[in-house]
Amino acid sequence: MPDSVLQATRSVAADARERSERRAQSVSDTAVEEDEAVVETDAVREAIAKAFADHLGDGFIDQHITPGSDLWIRIDRSAWVDAARFAKDRLGMTWLDFVSAIDWLPSPFGRDMEAEQDWVVHGREDKEIDPQETGVAGGETRFQMLLRVYSTTEHMGVTIKADLPDGDATIETLIPVFAGANWHEREVWEMFGIHVAGHPDLRALYLPSGFEGNPLRKDYPLVARRVKPWPGIVDVEPMPGEDDDAEEGSE
Amino acid sequence: MTLEADLDINDNEQLRYIAAQAADARVNVELETEGMTLNIGPQHPATHGTLRIVAQLDGEQVIAAEPIMGYMHRGYEKLTEVRTYPQVTTLINRIDWVGSFANEVPFILAAEELMEVEAPPRAQWIRTALFEMGRIANIMLFLGDMAVQLGGVTAIFYAFRDREFVLNQIEAATGGRFHPNFNRIGGLKDDLPAGWVEETKSAMQSVRDFCDEMEDLVVGNEIFQARCRGVGVIPADVAMAYGLSGANLRGSGVDWDLRRDAESPLAWSELDWKVWTHPDGDSFSRYWVRLQETREATYMVEQLLDGLPSGPIMAKVPRIIKVPAGESYVQTENPLGSMGYYVVSKGELTPFRVKIRTASFSNISITPWLLEGVLVPDIATILASLYFILGDIDR
Repeated sequence: MPDSVLQATRSVAADARERSERRAQSVSDTAVEEDEAVVETDAVREAIAKAFADHLGDGFIDQHITPGSDLWIRIDRSAWVDAARFAKDRLGMTWLDFVSAIDWLPSPFGRDMEAEQDWVVHGREDKEIDPQETGVAGGETRFQMLLRVYSTTEHMGVTIKADLPDGDATIETLIPVFAGANWHEREVWEMFGIHVAGHPDLRALYLPSGFEGNPLRKDYPLVARRVKPWPGIVDVEPMPGEDDDAEEGSE
Repeated sequence: MTLEADLDINDNEQLRYIAAQAADARVNVELETEGMTLNIGPQHPATHGTLRIVAQLDGEQVIAAEPIMGYMHRGYEKLTEVRTYPQVTTLINRIDWVGSFANEVPFILAAEELMEVEAPPRAQWIRTALFEMGRIANIMLFLGDMAVQLGGVTAIFYAFRDREFVLNQIEAATGGRFHPNFNRIGGLKDDLPAGWVEETKSAMQSVRDFCDEMEDLVVGNEIFQARCRGVGVIPADVAMAYGLSGANLRGSGVDWDLRRDAESPLAWSELDWKVWTHPDGDSFSRYWVRLQETREATYMVEQLLDGLPSGPIMAKVPRIIKVPAGESYVQTENPLGSMGYYVVSKGELTPFRVKIRTASFSNISITPWLLEGVLVPDIATILASLYFILGDIDR
């Protein structure tokens, strides 16, 4: 039995005793720190976005900051690997969170995908397709790649977006920068049909061999939903403490 | 091969030397070994579900190993696009089915962030307490199961016995042992039942007793140490590049825990607790870190129950929930590691897209790298020490 392990585990009990004494003090401390932190992190996020802009030059397109919370940047796809390497090597964002994609195409199935009961409550809408909209930091094309990296020392993350031109959904692989991107990129390939250039092993990760289509594309119908509509809004139970007369109100 | 009489099982270098000798040993030099493909799973007990591993072997040594998933793929990311926000929690309960409550929280927080709704303090504290109890219920299973992978069957019975106390409390509060579905956007479904706080405190004591038991029975066991120390070593930089999280990362010496390091409306910052790390990065350290975390979580639950604020458990939210257009990403430190939901809303009843970032997916993506060169019997221990839940990989 190694002494070090024993000592470390037995010290848990000692820690517990100290806890109660320290608790009262720490609560009052954190309240003060939080106020300062909000201001500081925003400046940090501005600085991170600026660092990307300076490094990527023309490759940097747009940014979006939710104060005290999160940062998005949008880059040209030619800067995809460069941005990842810059985040990892220069900004210390060495932890790979995920690689994914979004299909911004409005669902061509419209309200068909919702149950009849939903139509009763909300009224049936026309099948007219909404214009394509994209999210924070903008976007111009149907497919958009997402990369999120995080710094475990600075506790700061960034979501990097890159538009893929319509008709050429191809992106360069991130495996040389983050080895763990391998499976994420396989998932993007099979679910969105986005080709990952330079990926050594582009095979289906989840879907059975012979599966046709890319399920997470918006124009891929969810067959189960069309055959048997989900019970929908009738299932929603009243919220606790809600008045009976508020039943009618929608907003 | 005979072991030297003065074999010191704590000497990693010596152990590695012996392992290397064993790997290189040929039964008969005249009979060359030839490569062999070994299929493990998808129904092998060491795979906690339906993970299948195809290993290329040279004798006892693994040359290449490839996990094959998808047997449990349920397409949750697609299904969320045709579910209203309150309906989504029913689905995502089934991602990590051993610590279900924790699955709901990041999604609900992401939706609340977009709606600019904040649950009342009492709801946040109860959420945090149930979150930590979910962690305890989840990791206790691991603490027992890891010993089973090494042939020590006793521990799992203790784990199931004592885990029952925690599950009973979760059931008493939420109505569901495995799938609470207790979170609502803006708060919780119900308040705590009468007498629950006291019962939970006694359950926490049982968990701590269980942890002490595991400390002696498993951590202090010579076989356990010999099989786990220096086996499946993950250096910190590799762990980071593969996106490992939770105890797998802290077991490699990275001092990072989202409960402490990220701003969250939940009550973790109000508590006094410690993040446990271990520098070795081997199977043993991952077990040890999880054991400490479980004990730590019991103290956290007790603090939460002591300081439980009074007040309502639901904020005012509209009856029909439409989430304003926007994007938000919320990540929390779940039992298996960091779990996040990237929610894209277009202001409708259903999310436009939900990217579910699960811990096990990234944790298990390191296996081709990690299993290369290990011995066949170590596959089971390494996989067990990474601790994954199949639903958390396949989603």
